Parts: sequence; C-alpha cells; structure tokens
Amino acid sequence: MGEVSFHDVSKRFTLRVDGEVHHVQALDRVSFTVKDGEIVALIGPSGCGKTTALRVAMGLDPSSGGRVTVDGREINGCGHDRGMVFQHAELLPWLSALQNVMFGLEMKGIRGAQLRETAERYLHLVGLKDSQSRRPHQLSGGMKQRVGIARALAIDPKVLLMDEPFGALDAQTRETMQGELLDIHSRTGKTILFVTHDLDEAVIIADRIVVMKDGRVQEIMNVPLARPRPDLGLVRGMPEFAETRYKVWRALHDGTTVH
Amino acid sequence: MVDIVDRQEKAAAKEESAERKPLPRWMITVASVTFLLIVWEIFGRRINPVFGSYPSAIAEAFWELLVTGQLWSALYDSLRPFVIGYALAIVVGVPLGLFIGGFRAAEAALGLYITAGYAMPLVALVPLLILWLGLGFAVKVAVIFLMSLFPICINTWLGVTAVPKTLIEVGKSFVAPDTVILRRIILPATLPYIMAGIRLAVGRAVVGMVIAEFFTTISGLGAVIINSANNFDTATMFVPIIILMLLAIGLNWLIGFVERWVAPWQAEISGRDRE
Repeated sequence: MGEVSFHDVSKRFTLRVDGEVHHVQALDRVSFTVKDGEIVALIGPSGCGKTTALRVAMGLDPSSGGRVTVDGREINGCGHDRGMVFQHAELLPWLSALQNVMFGLEMKGIRGAQLRETAERYLHLVGLKDSQSRRPHQLSGGMKQRVGIARALAIDPKVLLMDEPFGALDAQTRETMQGELLDIHSRTGKTILFVTHDLDEAVIIADRIVVMKDGRVQEIMNVPLARPRPDLGLVRGMPEFAETRYKVWRALHDGTTVH
Repeated sequence: MVDIVDRQEKAAAKEESAERKPLPRWMITVASVTFLLIVWEIFGRRINPVFGSYPSAIAEAFWELLVTGQLWSALYDSLRPFVIGYALAIVVGVPLGLFIGGFRAAEAALGLYITAGYAMPLVALVPLLILWLGLGFAVKVAVIFLMSLFPICINTWLGVTAVPKTLIEVGKSFVAPDTVILRRIILPATLPYIMAGIRLAVGRAVVGMVIAEFFTTISGLGAVIINSANNFDTATMFVPIIILMLLAIGLNWLIGFVERWVAPWQAEISGRDRE
C-alpha cells in the first residue's frame, strides 16, 4: 500500500521585504489524495505552492495547519516511507553513483552484502549499471537524475515524491526520462506525487492532475489515457492527450473549466 | 574520396594542434624565479653590503652555515615547536570550526571570540604568555598555535555555513541523524574550505615561529637572523629568511597534494586535476 492524503493542509510564510513584513499563504487548505499505485501530477505557475506541498509531504517543512497522512498514518517529519527526488538530483559530489544510492540505504539501516546488492539492482533498474563508479560531475544531467531516482527508490518507500525532476533537462532527455519513469512505475507500481510546471509532462505521466493556484487546489482532473503508455510519441498524437492538455491549460490560465 | 581523406587529415591536424599543451606551470615558475634572481644580483651588487645583499653572496653564506652545522641545528630548533603548534592548531581548529558553524547556539556563544582572536595582536601578548609558560619550548608552541588556530577555525566555520541547504535536506529526507549529517555531508562539503584555512595558516605559523624566537629564548632560525643582523652580516641574515619562505612554499605544495588526495572530486570539478 501507499496512499498519501492531504487533509486541509495550510502553510504560512512570513517574509520581510524592505523592512515590511509580508504574510504569504503558500498553501491554503489543500486537500487531495494520491491513491495506491497512482501517479498524480501537481501543476501550477511558479509560486503556486506546489513545491511547498511536496516539501510538507516529505516532512522537510512543517505545515501551519492540517495534516498529511501516508496510509492513514499522520506523518511527523521525514520518514523512510517517503522517497524524495530533488529538482537538481542533489547527489553528494564526493560519492560515486553507487555510493550515493548506498547512502540512502545505509540511513535506513541496511548493511553488509545486501547494501551493495540492493544499490546495484536499483542502478540497473534506471539503466546505469555501467556508470556506477562515476562521480556526479562525470554524469550527464539525465544520468544524475537517474541516480537520484534510484537513490529514492532503493529504500523501497511507499510513495515517491518528485520535485520537478526533469525541469532542468534538455527537451530530448526529458522525453526519454518521462518514458523511463513510466516504465519504472509499471515495474514497481510505486505511488508517485510529481510536481511539474510542464503541461505536456503532467498529461503524459499522470493518472490525475491537481491544478494549483495561489496556494489552493483549483481543480483535479482525470487523464483519460490508458496505462501502460509504452509509446509516448503515440500518446502525444492521441486526441485525448490534446483535449486534456487544453483543459489543463484553460484551468491554469483563467480558471474556467472546459467541458 | 580524396576530398574525404583530405578532410579527415585536416580534422586530425586540427585535433593535434588543439591538444598542444600550453607552457607547463613549472617552466613559467622557473623563468620567473630566474628573472628575479638575475635582476636582484645585478642591482644588489651596487648596494653597500650592510644595507642589502644579493643572491651569490647569500648562497655563499648559506654554504658557510651549512658546513658549520649551524643551519641544521637552527632548523631543528625551529621546526620542533612549529610542527607541534601547527598540528595542534589543525586538530583543535577544524572540530571547533565545525562545531561553531554547525550549531546556532555555538555560533552565537563562541563566534565573536574566534573573529576577535583572528585580529588579536599576538606580539603584544607574548610577554604575558612568557609569564604563564616561561621562556622555553611551551611558549613557542603556544605562539605558533595561536597564530595558526584562527584562520583554520574561521575557514572551517565559513565552510560549514556555505554548505548548500539542499545537500543537508538530502540527509534529512533519508532520516539521517544530525551527527551523520555533520560527518558525512557537512564535513566533506567543507573540506575545500578547511584545506584553504590550513594553507593560510602556514604563513601565519611561520611568522609566529619567528616572533616566538625573537621574543622568548632566542633560538633557531630566528636567532640566526638576529645574530647576523647584529653583526651587520646582511647576507647571512637573508639565509634563514629565504629558508622560511621556501618552507612555506614547500608546505603549501604538500597541502595541495594532501588536498587532492582527501578531496579528489574538488580538483576534478574545477578541472585542475589535468595539470
């Protein structure tokens, strides 16, 4: 099982700009659920609170109100039941790809032969078996993010939280990574909460899309595209893709829903 | 076909010229030193030997000190407190810097002493140190220690505050305890700063060593400087001064070597590993 629920989650920041105190409502009673095995994309313009929502779910930022549950249990700080994939991979530069994956596993208390074997298995899963002894700066952007995904997956979390993981990649690599993420998802069945600002990406990847604006959930949409989606080129050409993309676009632009 | 072959050849030639190495660093250094020595020799000879000296006279004085055995015993007397004081400064300064940078309360409580200590006019405090520690070995170690402690500590501290927040969050998101985050994320991320501090401290430790030898029991290389200056033997006076500077250069090189060994990723990232 792996179900994440936001129950009326709020988050207020206090900012001091030129001596003036501003209160920012980053999250305003956000409620939605990512069901077991589902991929939900959190989309919205920058500053809409989507990354904040993810950070609260990870336990990196405390919420000011409401609660986040994983399989019904309220989270309290970070936990091994959630795996985080960071925007810029954030690998430890002094460790090799393999050691980076092993780091997460060690923190979970895994030792001995199982440690290396598990790390290798997950690097293999993301297609990096041959580059496991390279350090991060010897890896391309896409490879780094694969290591980031392997590191998060290796601890076998119930939920994978991804913060614009492909946002910094070039368009072609991004498309490849999207395909590979879907492939990994179909093999592991992980629940994924995926933050993005890329419309196409949200529609391609997600089962449902949560559109956020000014810290609120504006709308939750189903993506009527069947799984698995092995050929993303084909998916992009489907009328359902264009339709959903347009709906999300409308929701983002003026908040009116097209039926 | 011919055209293709020709193009390939051109491409190969281009590659070769792109790979042609620029002048090696050591050659530039040797050229710079040679130039300086020649200029010094030419102009130094025109000056009254009490007011200045020149390389060949210094080399002669160096030989004199070497064969009489004075140099070795002076060097030994100087290096003993130097090595101990400097090593102690590293052993104390690095953990102290990590502690101050890593904990908000420690920074608030101790940070200002470290900042103030860096600017402390140590020469003025030497008489007091003599009262506490006497005139011998201990006070020399103390002066060298105090001179080199602060740059090491401050650099380590600054290094900790410069660790990207996201790397610490990686640790947190995998539920790493604070001690593990300090040891496995903050410490390696801070290493380049620590090494920079250790490098900066070399110069200060050398200065501290000479101060100690001037103001406590006159001994070591400092004694050679004072005695020859009192005899208006300027050439001999320059020998220990140059040896001290060479010592600093040598230590710097050694530290650079250690740095590439403990933090190889740093040189790789900055592209300096290929030189």
